[in-house]
Amino acid sequence: MATRDITAEGGSPARNVLLGIPAAYRSTVDLARRKPLGAVGGAIALILIFVAIASRLAILPVPDPYASVGDIFLSPSPEYPMGTDVIGRDILSRVLYGTWISLYVGLGSVLIGITAGFVLGITSTYAGGFVDLAFQRVVDALMSIPGLILALSIMAVLGSSLNNVILAIVIGMLAPVIRTVRSQVLTLKEMDYVTAARAIGARPQRIVFRHIMPNCLAIYIIMATYYLGFAIIIEASLSFLGVGAPPDEPSWGGILTVASRETPETGIWLLVFPGIFIFIAVLAFNVLGDALRDVLDPRLRGR
Amino acid sequence: MTTYIVRRLLLFIPTILIVTIIIFLLMWIVPGDTAMLILTGNDPNEGGRVSLEDVERLRAKLGLDRPVHIQYADWLWDMLRGDLGESLWYQTPVIDELGGRFVTTVQLAVMGMGLAFIIAVPLGIISAVKQDTKLDYISRIVALLGIAMPTFLIAIVVTYVLAYVFDWLPPLDYANLWEQPLTNLQQMVFPALAIAFHDLAFTARVTRSSMLETMRDDYVRTARAKGLTEMGVIGRHALKNALLPIITVSGYQFGRLLGGVVIVEVIFLVPGIGNMLIDAIIHRDFVVIQAVVVLVAAVVMFLNLVIDLIYGVLDPRIRYQ
Repeated sequence: MATRDITAEGGSPARNVLLGIPAAYRSTVDLARRKPLGAVGGAIALILIFVAIASRLAILPVPDPYASVGDIFLSPSPEYPMGTDVIGRDILSRVLYGTWISLYVGLGSVLIGITAGFVLGITSTYAGGFVDLAFQRVVDALMSIPGLILALSIMAVLGSSLNNVILAIVIGMLAPVIRTVRSQVLTLKEMDYVTAARAIGARPQRIVFRHIMPNCLAIYIIMATYYLGFAIIIEASLSFLGVGAPPDEPSWGGILTVASRETPETGIWLLVFPGIFIFIAVLAFNVLGDALRDVLDPRLRGR
Repeated sequence: MTTYIVRRLLLFIPTILIVTIIIFLLMWIVPGDTAMLILTGNDPNEGGRVSLEDVERLRAKLGLDRPVHIQYADWLWDMLRGDLGESLWYQTPVIDELGGRFVTTVQLAVMGMGLAFIIAVPLGIISAVKQDTKLDYISRIVALLGIAMPTFLIAIVVTYVLAYVFDWLPPLDYANLWEQPLTNLQQMVFPALAIAFHDLAFTARVTRSSMLETMRDDYVRTARAKGLTEMGVIGRHALKNALLPIITVSGYQFGRLLGGVVIVEVIFLVPGIGNMLIDAIIHRDFVVIQAVVVLVAAVVMFLNLVIDLIYGVLDPRIRYQ
């Protein structure tokens, strides 16, 4: 039984990702068969990425989402499928462009934040001793400030801009990421193959790069997917509160700020459409994260 | 047990000191000088009309010309004595405002958490007991929907539905819980529901997995074997043991919940510390921001400490780690 577990882990889809496209294709098909819901999430995620790139390239119903097209507060019509907003901008174009903003901030903060969290977490855990103890107190301290409140205070200092939002989210997610990586590395450190590597005289760098990091890949992908949903929520929340994206940027949260000030006659479409997009995006990344967790890391299944 | 408590307390002190250092440094690196900010009324175009002597005088008055570690020590000492400084914008002592607002926020957070608990725990139990049935899928979908709805989105939808579908607005002037409890509850129940919905998702998930784990334990099988009714097995044996991780995990979630409270307060116009924080951020009132964030962090840390200690009492394995 024990032997079989080890072989199962050696051939996990996380490894396959490294092995190239045919293997990646096979694990994608595998994922779709075993986790249909997760595959739907993945498909939606891909569509969102596609929409984001297209809108960045100005392939939109109204190419300039910042420009007014005429009448204000129009209801949905064939010409403007989601209606127009408070100064007559096409809501559809703005919501689609909002996908770009959400994913730019989301992917940016997730790539920076999780990578930084991994580097810090692995280094500190592997250093051990006083360094680790002291560093864990800093993580404790950061953990005690709620993510949104930390991000809010950072935005107060930095002022509103998209890149500042990324920085604020990165700092907000660093502590929990480091905590998760730490527990993973602590488990890996006790593994027999790490002991074996140490026994044959491998240097710590080699152990980290050859044995620890590849085994953290699965958890990296899983966390990146989950935190993408988290980052989208925080960005929308910050923009909603008026400290995230600058006010005229068509961010989903920013559009909702306007909606919350209007009555249903004028504001209902400003509420419904960005709301649906936030909901679907976060849901898709969460469902995908769940599926990836089950497939990539069998030990966590059902948790 | 004593060593466990002592060790846990010893870790608490450096951590809270680090929190204060982080927050102090964060506000200290603020681009633009605080004295300048006050004199120009936070308007960058006013810069030319302020004389350099005025800035210097104000810096000296606020103590901003001293070395940073002295400023920090001073700020910390003042805080320990209960002096949180004076608001840069309103020029009133922060502590006067903070006390009452803090009680309101705690009330809202506790109500939200309580509601989440009341809804989520039965949902999670049903999910676990009827694993892989339609009921399980429905309650898991409800939980997933809660996770995907940011608190502020739920809050806006709730205000819309209340105001325009039911044509009902909560009483506008905020009522104190002690003076007009009924009016106060009318005002607080919907914000609390908005908070609960997001939190509920998480609690239901933890309940489900915790119950699933317990249901497979030997003593549950024994309880069944000796002929207890299914209700008896679930209620008296499984739930009792499954509840401990649920309570602790919810406790640790309190911090995240407070983040949601901030935004709900803004939408429902509840006069708590969340509204105070947002107001301070708009006015770049760093004294108030520092005070609020330190208070929130201290509450979260204290709560975590209490949970750890309770856990240590209830589960002896923790103590010996």
